[in-house]
Amino acid sequence: MIINHPILGPRDAQEFVYLGDANLINRPDGMSAGIEAFHDYLYNRDNPAGEHRELWYHEQGDRSWLVVTRNTVTHEITKVELARDVARAGGRSK
Amino acid sequence: MRYSGFRVIAEALTGHKGWKPVWRDPAPKAEYDYIIVGGGGHGLATAYYLAKEFRQARIAVLEKGYLGGGNVGRNTTIIRSNYLLDGNEPFYEFSLKLWEGLEQDFNYNAMVSQRGIINLIHTDAQRDAFTRRGNGMILNGADAELLSRDQVRSMYPWLNFDNARFPIKGALMQRRGGTVRHDAVAWGYARGADLRGVDLIQNCEVTGMRIEGGRIKGVETTRGFIGAKKVGVAVAGSSSKVMAHAGMRLPIESHVLQAFVSEGLKPLIDGVMTFGAGHFYVSQSDKGGLVFGGDIDGYNSYAQRGNLPVIEDVAEGGMALMPAIGRARLLRTWGGIMDMSMDGSPIIDKTHVEGLYFNGGWCYGGFKATPASGWCFAHLLAKDEPHKTATAYRFDRFLKGLMIDEKGQGAQPNLH
Repeated sequence: MIINHPILGPRDAQEFVYLGDANLINRPDGMSAGIEAFHDYLYNRDNPAGEHRELWYHEQGDRSWLVVTRNTVTHEITKVELARDVARAGGRSK
Repeated sequence: MRYSGFRVIAEALTGHKGWKPVWRDPAPKAEYDYIIVGGGGHGLATAYYLAKEFRQARIAVLEKGYLGGGNVGRNTTIIRSNYLLDGNEPFYEFSLKLWEGLEQDFNYNAMVSQRGIINLIHTDAQRDAFTRRGNGMILNGADAELLSRDQVRSMYPWLNFDNARFPIKGALMQRRGGTVRHDAVAWGYARGADLRGVDLIQNCEVTGMRIEGGRIKGVETTRGFIGAKKVGVAVAGSSSKVMAHAGMRLPIESHVLQAFVSEGLKPLIDGVMTFGAGHFYVSQSDKGGLVFGGDIDGYNSYAQRGNLPVIEDVAEGGMALMPAIGRARLLRTWGGIMDMSMDGSPIIDKTHVEGLYFNGGWCYGGFKATPASGWCFAHLLAKDEPHKTATAYRFDRFLKGLMIDEKGQGAQPNLH
């Protein structure tokens, strides 16, 4: 698979480490969210067959976190964003 | 029809005209007591034990494709019970004991071959860890043996013992481990279930679940609605898709695992060997092909094929361990979809829907578990309580902090 890095251009997926569902960005506040909500965040997944937004870390590159939109049935990658931009668009300050 | 040596001779003398189809091809009835979703190894074993051991009737197995067409037909056929943790080892040892009597039990030649499995040791720390694991196995009634470097050398003199990074210092051996003809397991269970009146319904995909007042009423399928008092789902690989029909999100990601077969070679490896440090394990099939594999690809996937980097990685692991295979050509590679769970261990449990039961999360170790998985799931379905060896395989273990994490990797499915 080739991941089209928004800054560095096309890079081999071998350079990246995979974390999983991009929803992991939206971690609930451990102090205010209930234990059920945190359990759901940490352990449960949508795990869709089809389009999946997921976190890849460019460990052997610029060390950026990316949100890659990839089809889990065909492995086709349709969109690559910086995770930072996605988090900010979702209201996070940094 | 009961199979026997006499039967084979009688058929040979009469032109093999007496063989019948091994199972029926029934149309679905309007309602059953039990519906098992998934006609793979685990689903068929569940139906078989439900009918045979738990004396239940009115059972159907629904399969979206053909029987045994999923992971039971795509794995590397290894059986073993070399786990460490209390939640796992009694269950896998129960499974290995069932394997040992399986062929007589279901009257089908599954080619169960207890040829022994060794896990290679490269460091003192690893020897300590394997000694502890071996003791854990023995405490749970399994067999385990620590081999010295010389003992390993006498078995496999052609291994690379002096690899600079991972020199071989010994091995943990389980002599009762081995291999089984995987397709025959599905066929044997299917035949055994069919003979006891279970309807095996193929080309019948579950497209929805009818749930009223918190209770399962049946399943919507591509062949119409089928009513049921109890529904058991055993569709590892597609668990999240099927359980989404009941509104559930699972502690599971689907990942692709590749497997490989070389061209046929003269007898070289008479057992099973794992080289965990190099992400490689291998055995030799009766046809002579080296059957081997390594790690999962590492990203969510429902495509039953992987990518080239993992093939390269596995080939490198193989070359590091056994340089002699350098000239052998790879005949086939393929991929199967694994339910990778959050702690690397399976789930056999009830759900929040009354009458709906779940069996999945087998990661890449589901084949060896097939008999015990079927037995324990049938136990849960018939008695509404878990079998004594499967009490730890609960959904709520993540909420309660009771994970069964053999590798200690945490909630990171692609590392288990």
